Formats: sequence, structure tokens, C-alpha cells
Amino acid sequence: MRPGHGDQLIAEGDVEVAEDERALVEEFRRQLDAGMWAAVPVTSSAGRRRATMVQAFEQIPRDTDRVIFFPRAAGGAR
Amino acid sequence: MVAALVASAIVVIALLWEAATPLFERLSQRIRAARQARAQGIPAYDPGRERRAEQRARELLRSCVNDEEWEMYSDLGFLRMWGGQAGGPEAGWDLGGAPYAYLIYPHKPIIAYLPQTGQLLNEYCVVFPDETKPFGSVRLPDSDDVLAKWMGIKGDEERLITSANLHLPGRQVDPRKVARDLWRLRQWERSRLERAARVASDSVES
Repeated sequence: MRPGHGDQLIAEGDVEVAEDERALVEEFRRQLDAGMWAAVPVTSSAGRRRATMVQAFEQIPRDTDRVIFFPRAAGGAR
Repeated sequence: MVAALVASAIVVIALLWEAATPLFERLSQRIRAARQARAQGIPAYDPGRERRAEQRARELLRSCVNDEEWEMYSDLGFLRMWGGQAGGPEAGWDLGGAPYAYLIYPHKPIIAYLPQTGQLLNEYCVVFPDETKPFGSVRLPDSDDVLAKWMGIKGDEERLITSANLHLPGRQVDPRKVARDLWRLRQWERSRLERAARVASDSVES
């Protein structure tokens, strides 16, 4: 998610392909270094939707189809 | 007679020229600034950009939240999310096992409340600034702001709440508006249940 623009595709690839995975890991780290939070939308076996916050690439379920990066939360309006 | 008309025409033209000169100067300045911005790679102002961004954000939100939550947001303009911490929204709280919930509005504080009584607990003011542009950062589209809060609460409620600035109820969001929204939510849930019951009875009959 990018302020003023909405969601933008920043990287895509197949984690089973080593080259793609390397590129995805690099992009993941770049986003976190830029101060973004990463979340993975998950659907439970009962069909309920939730999200899991991830802080390392290894925490991302291998079968997930997307990771959403959004700006880190900060306190507002003091 | 002709001389008088010519003289009048000259005066009119001179007055118009005086009046129009600042307009032409402003126009030429604007054109020059736009050319410079284009040369420096700064995109021209696009009035439809935010509308398109919001449209995309709505699609993303819809693809992430539950159907009920999406309908709630579409119909009411806010989301109700149940709190998941044992004692309450913050460490050290003890609500005695009473469930608590949050109202999520776009670009407004998260409101914590007790659904059983409607009592407001706190306002949690949280923003998602673009840290690459610390000065003059634009906001997330409305639906992205709601989705970021939804993901934050679902994924790590404690971290999101501790990131927020805590205020007493009423600091930014009028408690009367919240009370009205809670009433709207109850009406909405009732009509949704009635609709579901009608559909179920129709399917049994047929």
C-alpha cells in the first residue's frame, strides 16, 4: 500500500524457483528496511479471514499468494 | 464621429490589456512550472489519481476481510472488530471477561468499546505515514487505512494498540456520533439476520 496511490505490485515470483525466491527475499527485506510492516491474509479452515504479521521471510506460509506491505503504524493527533 | 469611436476603441483595448496582462503572466508561469516539473520527472497533478487509488483499495479490502465485514463497511462506512486480548485492549486491564470490540473508521481513531453496554473505553489514534516522505506525506486511501488497521488488529493487536496514541473517548470522535453508529450497527445486524432467516425459510419451503 502506498499513500496516495493505493496498492501496487512490487514483486512477484514462484518461491519454488530459486532465482525468484532470492528476488522475493531481497524485496521483502528492502520493504522492511524502508519501515514497512508485512501482513499475510489468511483464510482459516472454517472460512474465516484474518491476517498474520510477518517479520521474516521464513514466516510467510509457502502456499500464500500475496504479502501486503503497509506503512508502519505511529501514534497520531496528540 | 469616427475619430471619437477610434479613440474609444483604443481606450477600451488599453484597459482590457491592463486587465488581462496579470492573467497572461500567471498562465505563462503555470505553463513554465509544468514544463520544469515534467523535465525533472515530477508527474503532473492527476485529479483522478486518488479516486482510482480508493477504487483499488476497496477491491483489496474486499479480498481480505470477511463477507460480513465487507458488507458492514460498504453499508455503514466503518468496521466492527472484536478484541482478542484476554483482559482488554491494553496490558494490565481486566474487563472481567466482558468482550470488547473496536470501531474502525477511515482516518479516524480506533474506538474501543463494550458491546454489551455501549460504554466507550478509549480512542486509539493511529496513522500510517509514508516514512520516505516525512514532510508532506499524503495519506493512504480510506479503504487502505481501514485495511491496515484490520490487518494490524488481526495480526498483532497489542503492537498496533501500543503504537497508537491513547485518548479518552470524545477527544476526536464525538461520542454521540459513535452512539448513533452503534445503533445503526444494531439495526444493520438485525436486518441482516432477518434476511438470512427469510432466505433459510424460503429454501426449506421450496
